[in-house]
Amino acid sequence: MSGAAGGGGAHRLRSALRGGLLTLAGLAVLFLSVAVAVTIGPADISVPDVWSAVAAHLGWGEAELTPIRDGIVWNLRMPRTVLAAVCGAGLAVCGAVLQSLLRNPLADPFVLGVSSGASTGAVAVVVLGVGGGVLTVSAGAFIGAVVSFALVLLLSHTLGDTTDRVVLSGVAAMQLFSALTSFVVLTAADAETTRGVLFWLLGSLSGAAWTDVWTCGAVLVVVLTVCLLHARTLDAFAFGQDAAATLGVHVGRVRVLLLCTTALLTAALVSSAGAIGFVGLALPHAARAVVGAGHPRLLPVTALAGAVFLIWVDTLARTVLDPQEVPVGVVTSLIGVPAFVAVLYRTRRSR
Amino acid sequence: MTYEKRVTYEKRVAYERPGAHEKPGAHENPAPSGLAADRVAHEAGGRLIVDGITLAPRPGTTLGLIGPNGSGKSTLLRLLAGVLAPAAGVVTLDGTPLPRLGRRQTARRLAVVDQHATTQVELTVREVVALGRIPHRRPFSGTTPADERAVRDALDRTSLTDRADQSWHTLSGGERQRAHIARALAQAPRELLLDEPTNHLDIQHQLDLLNLIASLPVTTVIALHDLNLAAMFCDEILVLREGRAYAHGTPAEVVTEELIAEVYGVRARVTPPADALDHVSVRFLRTPPRQPGP
Repeated sequence: MSGAAGGGGAHRLRSALRGGLLTLAGLAVLFLSVAVAVTIGPADISVPDVWSAVAAHLGWGEAELTPIRDGIVWNLRMPRTVLAAVCGAGLAVCGAVLQSLLRNPLADPFVLGVSSGASTGAVAVVVLGVGGGVLTVSAGAFIGAVVSFALVLLLSHTLGDTTDRVVLSGVAAMQLFSALTSFVVLTAADAETTRGVLFWLLGSLSGAAWTDVWTCGAVLVVVLTVCLLHARTLDAFAFGQDAAATLGVHVGRVRVLLLCTTALLTAALVSSAGAIGFVGLALPHAARAVVGAGHPRLLPVTALAGAVFLIWVDTLARTVLDPQEVPVGVVTSLIGVPAFVAVLYRTRRSR
Repeated sequence: MTYEKRVTYEKRVAYERPGAHEKPGAHENPAPSGLAADRVAHEAGGRLIVDGITLAPRPGTTLGLIGPNGSGKSTLLRLLAGVLAPAAGVVTLDGTPLPRLGRRQTARRLAVVDQHATTQVELTVREVVALGRIPHRRPFSGTTPADERAVRDALDRTSLTDRADQSWHTLSGGERQRAHIARALAQAPRELLLDEPTNHLDIQHQLDLLNLIASLPVTTVIALHDLNLAAMFCDEILVLREGRAYAHGTPAEVVTEELIAEVYGVRARVTPPADALDHVSVRFLRTPPRQPGP
């Protein structure tokens, strides 16, 4: 018995240590990825150049680069790379939370209809000129996302408020808003606008600016904190809502809180970068295969994995067909699907 | 209700209902210790699923809930667990109503095992059992020695120690129910509610599981389908019919041929216990073949 006891304790300690080390290693890889990804592109820039530019802008040293090279680092590549990290982390965490909360391995950040609502909002602004030039595309997308999510909440509440009703309401909203988007684009837009809109719909980080980074980053920090505070609560949902309730969870309250925060984060990300698919579906599964299903460890690892993944995918998207750019959402799926299948294959159950 | 069991039931209700014998205002609500329900009711779709049930199992004993499908056993358990809010009446723990006690505090002393809860999440048996520690832990805090001990003892008690690091999905039906009981024990409860935990198990595993449950030092309320098992393992039995308490007493008092005919509409032979270790047992009879009409 004492042997088993020691085994259990050591097991816990080991797995906790492993989680901590993994998070630290992930942070290191994340910083390195940002630094290296910024150097990749047509203009020849080295990692020390990146450091000096960043240091200069943070007030830690003298500017050593020419204004043009400094501009490339600080105004073009840096915000884009950091926004990729923020989007990757945010989408992956939203996916992990929703998969547990809705007990559905198919759930992703877009299951609540947020992305299709955002698309309709963006199209309304770009194609129909809604807002009379006052509304930006991002603002239109954000409003569309909020409207769509509100509709999903209302629908699922009316239809019975079980988790599968939430998912089905999301699917219904998704269909409705993508139909609206297609209708508007096909009836009102010319070829050039259609191409621009399509690019945005598939997800693209090409317009990234520091304001996007700050907005999305701030929302990410808040939402990540809320989710981490509820990490154990999410564990309690493993055997369903009733089981969670008997483990002391205020099921209704937690569900509304987490649905709203993840929808808010998704809306913020989608309005800055379009609907980048697949990250939110696949990365949580991959992270689970590495660290297991316990959320206190899963959520940070998922966030880091999503960030690193999207940085590299975006780097590839902007360089592979240089000078043309591939929408990042296309590359996430082209690269992600084989990796996803490999993960699922490795974790298949032999029963 | 037409016969003596009804009398037994009335007597017990009168005995158990707090303050039933006392003059109004003489002594307000002497707090019953442990779990108690006072005239709880639940309505769904305009129908009373549970209609004014009062119970207060003596601490440390096992109370069996029996009755036909749809008689309100599961709903009553959900009311007792605080998962459902009663439309009328109140469920208390040591005299404190559940809503006042709060979900977390309730979960620290009352645990629930469902008939066959399963999951798609990839968890080890140890992780499933550790779920029982959630109400005892704070966000961001690590595993405490108390958590470790509770999980270890629960695994040990349910003979799952050597399966602890196996995947939940590799367990058999009986082992899964044992794991759920281990998870419930990790909550360190004083009250344990079980909803037909032996469903889908073969007879050996049914007996093993009920022996385990009967050996636990907690107050147990258990819904059971099998009258013989209920008679074997329960100290008292509450018979439900259409949401009402139909009879309440020891197995020998409650499990009778008349009651089975009345509540389930089937014929049975009931054999009284032979000695102190035996229990009342039920044999069901076939309906006689229908005679051709004249």
